[in-house]
Amino acid sequence: MAAETEAQGLTFHPMDQFKVGPLFGDALSAFSITNVTLWMAVAVLCVIVLFVLGTAKRSVVPGRMQSIAELAYGFVYKMVEDVTGHDGVKYFPYIFTLFIFIAFSNFLGLLPGAFTTTSHVAVTAVMAVMVFLFVTILGFAKNGLHFLGLFWVSSAPLALRPILAVIELISYFVRPVSHSIRLAGNMMAGHAVIKVFAAFAPLVLFSAVGYAVTPLSILAIVAMYALEILVAFIQAYVFTILTCVYLRDALHPGH
Amino acid sequence: MANTTTTATDVAEGTAEAVGHAADAAGHAAESAGMPQLDFSTFPNQIFWLLVTLVVLYFILAKIALPRLAGILADRQGRITSDLEMAARLKDQAQEAEKAYQQALVDARTEAGKIVAAARAEIQADLDKATAKADAEIAARAAESAKRIDEIRAGAVASVSDVAKDTAEAIVAALGGKADAKSVAAAVAARMKG
Amino acid sequence: MELAAAAALGKFIGAGLACIGMGGSAMGVGNVAGNFLAGALRNPSAAAGQTATLFIGIAFAEALGIFSFLVALLLMFAV
Repeated sequence: MAAETEAQGLTFHPMDQFKVGPLFGDALSAFSITNVTLWMAVAVLCVIVLFVLGTAKRSVVPGRMQSIAELAYGFVYKMVEDVTGHDGVKYFPYIFTLFIFIAFSNFLGLLPGAFTTTSHVAVTAVMAVMVFLFVTILGFAKNGLHFLGLFWVSSAPLALRPILAVIELISYFVRPVSHSIRLAGNMMAGHAVIKVFAAFAPLVLFSAVGYAVTPLSILAIVAMYALEILVAFIQAYVFTILTCVYLRDALHPGH
Repeated sequence: MANTTTTATDVAEGTAEAVGHAADAAGHAAESAGMPQLDFSTFPNQIFWLLVTLVVLYFILAKIALPRLAGILADRQGRITSDLEMAARLKDQAQEAEKAYQQALVDARTEAGKIVAAARAEIQADLDKATAKADAEIAARAAESAKRIDEIRAGAVASVSDVAKDTAEAIVAALGGKADAKSVAAAVAARMKG
Repeated sequence: MELAAAAALGKFIGAGLACIGMGGSAMGVGNVAGNFLAGALRNPSAAAGQTATLFIGIAFAEALGIFSFLVALLLMFAV
């Protein structure tokens, strides 16, 4: 089908950028090196550069890299402390790992030609399910059967409570779904929209309408890109803060 | 995605081949799920590498980066507090020094006042002494002068009475009288007192 | 063939209809942000502590829009 449209000049492949494929050879097994591997490795490298090499000097007056590392540390630390309270701080390294991975994947995905690992439901769903299982197990381990009090809204009238319990239960189990789809959907949507606008850009080569459409589409790409930079950060933030909220529910189900 | 392609180009180019394309596209979509996100054959690969990445990242961050960052921030906090304490101490010292300086200034001022007063008193005493001496001298001189004036006056009076006596005797002699010295002297003395 | 074309047509219409859901989510997000701003202007000192709540609220409202986007994508590419 691509052939027919190429004949007309414009090619729309907004979803091609999300294709997963092996970098060497054709075989795709669980362990083969794919573009997913590549971009996750790039993210890890960037983290090493920023958080290990950047802070190697341990200077009291921080340089650029060290300031960024400190800023990220302080930002997530404060978030965890504010939302989960003081007893949530010991889970800070896990939350920080998630935040850093998502933030770096989102930002690296914005490089032209890059592959966005967080735009895949497989990736975000694994993280969301990890958070869900961790929080649920932690909730039962810390509070025992008290944890079920999360679904039994004791401040509501008695007649309403069973209905509310059903709703709460459903919303509890929808958490990992919305948690993962939100991140993947945002990243996918933004990149796909940019790609659609990009496909309109070469119209000037084929048609007179292009003189109007091409500048508009380039402008739209720039605007979407700016928005995507914002979204890349906000989605990492939202994923992390929701993780903190779920953690708080597990630690203090009474609220 | 072929579907979007065709519709979009159709709109753009104003051609009307949509039906055929749509049919093609439907067939194509059936043969491969259009969304790479829903291509389940890639899931094991992605999940495997995600877990590897997260574990690696966790160890890098939790074992190296976060303790180091926590250390840096704690160091800085400690340094800031100690610097602030040091500053407070230095400020106290400065204030003390200023107090001491002011005290020294006040002391010096009172000392200077004392010295000035002493000097003034000494000068006053010297001056008084000198004035008294000068007064005494002046008084002595004045007395001496008065004495000499008196002497001169007495001398003058005596000589005036002598002259008067001589003149009176001469006049009396010239007038042809004979005057004894005693009565002339008595007459001159009476006239002189008059 | 006719059936396939009709099915393709139905998919596109369905996908387009699903996109209406995003409008609802847009109103929701706008409502959250607008009310936050209104509250923040009344009591600016309390606003800083509530930004986390703001983002959580926006995330919940936005999730539903993402769901409708997902439905649209599924209709277009997966059904």
